[in-house]
Amino acid sequence: MLHVHRVQKSYRKGGMLSREKKQVLHGISFDWMPGECLGVIGESGSGKSTLARLLLGIEKPDGGTVRFDGRNVADRKARLGKISAVFQDYTSSMNPFYTVEKIVLEPLTTRYGRHFNHHGKIDSLLFQVGLDPAYRVKYPHELSGGEAQRVCIARAVAAEPQCIVLDEAISSLDGSVQVQVLDLLKDLRKLYGMGYIFITHDIEAAAYLCDRVMFIREGRLEEMIGVNRLKEVQSPYAQHMLKMVIR
Amino acid sequence: MMFLKNVLKDRVAAASFAILVAVMTVGIFAPVFAPHDPEEVHMELRYASASWEYWLGNDHLGRCILSRLIYGIQPSVLGVLAALLLSVLLGAVIGFVAGYFRGKTDVILMRICDVMLSFPSYVMTLAVVGIFGVGLEHILMAFLLLKWAWFARIIRTSVMQFSESDYVKFAKVAGVGNAAIMRKHLIPAALPDIAVIASSSFGSMVLQISGFSFLGLGIQAPKAEWGMMLNEAREVMFSKPEFMLAPGLAIIIVVLAINFLSDAFQAAVDPKLAASSRKERSMAEAAAGRLERKEVA
Ligand SMILES: Nc1ncnc2c1ncn2[C@@H]1O[C@H](COP(=O)(O)OP(=O)(O)O)[C@@H](O)[C@H]1O
Ligand SMILES: [Mg+2]
Repeated sequence: MLHVHRVQKSYRKGGMLSREKKQVLHGISFDWMPGECLGVIGESGSGKSTLARLLLGIEKPDGGTVRFDGRNVADRKARLGKISAVFQDYTSSMNPFYTVEKIVLEPLTTRYGRHFNHHGKIDSLLFQVGLDPAYRVKYPHELSGGEAQRVCIARAVAAEPQCIVLDEAISSLDGSVQVQVLDLLKDLRKLYGMGYIFITHDIEAAAYLCDRVMFIREGRLEEMIGVNRLKEVQSPYAQHMLKMVIR
Repeated sequence: MMFLKNVLKDRVAAASFAILVAVMTVGIFAPVFAPHDPEEVHMELRYASASWEYWLGNDHLGRCILSRLIYGIQPSVLGVLAALLLSVLLGAVIGFVAGYFRGKTDVILMRICDVMLSFPSYVMTLAVVGIFGVGLEHILMAFLLLKWAWFARIIRTSVMQFSESDYVKFAKVAGVGNAAIMRKHLIPAALPDIAVIASSSFGSMVLQISGFSFLGLGIQAPKAEWGMMLNEAREVMFSKPEFMLAPGLAIIIVVLAINFLSDAFQAAVDPKLAASSRKERSMAEAAAGRLERKEVA
């Protein structure tokens, strides 16, 4: 279980010596249950990516805690096999000097050690995300957007984490490819029995994939609701965002 | 070694590499290769042109130009190269630490760099020579003091840019340690930038050394150095321009070789530019083509 308790985050405005701070997250609390797909919906600049970095443990909150099965996610060892990520910008998500094989291998060797026997594993991961084994020797610049994001997904599931944080993972893709990738995520979830935290500004995509969604506005949690009851949202902000889609 | 092979597939790079290795070997074993004593004066041979005994002729004191050229490799090429490598190394370490860890470390290191960079370089060199005395090693030391800060700043910017990328973020999430991230993701990415700044400052350093030698602060008079040979030839630039040729060409050839090699290096590390391994992959691509057509983006 991922337990988020009253996390706060602010960034300095201007240079290192400036005193002025901008609060990006204001005391957000929620729980993510194993196997669940939780959607995080908010407009651009509402602090979604900041929240993602805190959940992933690569930045520390100014206040509050993020714990995975009781251990602080900022501890590198506590994250092994628990949590992974897919980012929005697939071009900068992969080391341009690495082949697909090396990219997918990175979390595997980190978790299981350098002498991990990976041969069948890479092929089966590529197969699971709908790519031919011939892609192993390709470089990132030789991939299309959809293929690149598939490689990133293969890399994220490689070490079989319990939870994958997807920060706008489909937002840079074309419409039809978006649906393909969403379907892929659904299939993988069944296959591995893992859960997602699906961060997006797109309510439709969240409703398609998620069990529960939460609305974030200016760094505050506005509302949390099950997807099947999405029409009953109470907060004006969530109602407004919903209306924009239905119209 | 595999990598060196890749670089040397480029014919120009291979030639540059061969030239540099040859120049360095000749420089290190100068007494073996030089046909004459470089400081031996023959006033009767002043400005003599090339002959079987003196292949490149004799200078204004009748000294063998070829021997002086060979003895000049040590200060002009090897000395500068050593100072350059040391300052790049120091700058790289500081730049990596500042660019990767950021925060207070970065602020403090960059203020120190600013202080170093705020001294005009000639004043700084003069100060070092004033304190430690005249000599090539002190000028090289001044270079080291001056240049590291400049390298550190450039390398920091480059490291910062790469350490913000999502693949470094993913590596952190996956639990890869800081040292491994630097080794696997940041150093390979920053190396081409480092090669470019290092090779581009090599030429200017050779010329600066000769400037200081001209002022009498570097290499002392009877000893040979390429820049000083140029300056000696300058006196007869209009009446006997051919005397500029030997030291001038030597500097140009070495500087060009270094630049070509750094270009080839860049091309070899960048998979987008590396055409060499294309052939091996084209078969894989043909097999993957079927999937590629399926997708739009
Ligand atoms: N590293 C940072 N330094 C300073 N400000 C930041 C940083 N990261 C995010 N912010 C600020 O926090 C706010 C929220 O950003 P972000 O979390 O990226 O929003 P979202 O992903 O929802 O679009 C923005 O106003 C942004 O300027
Ligand atoms: Mg974002």
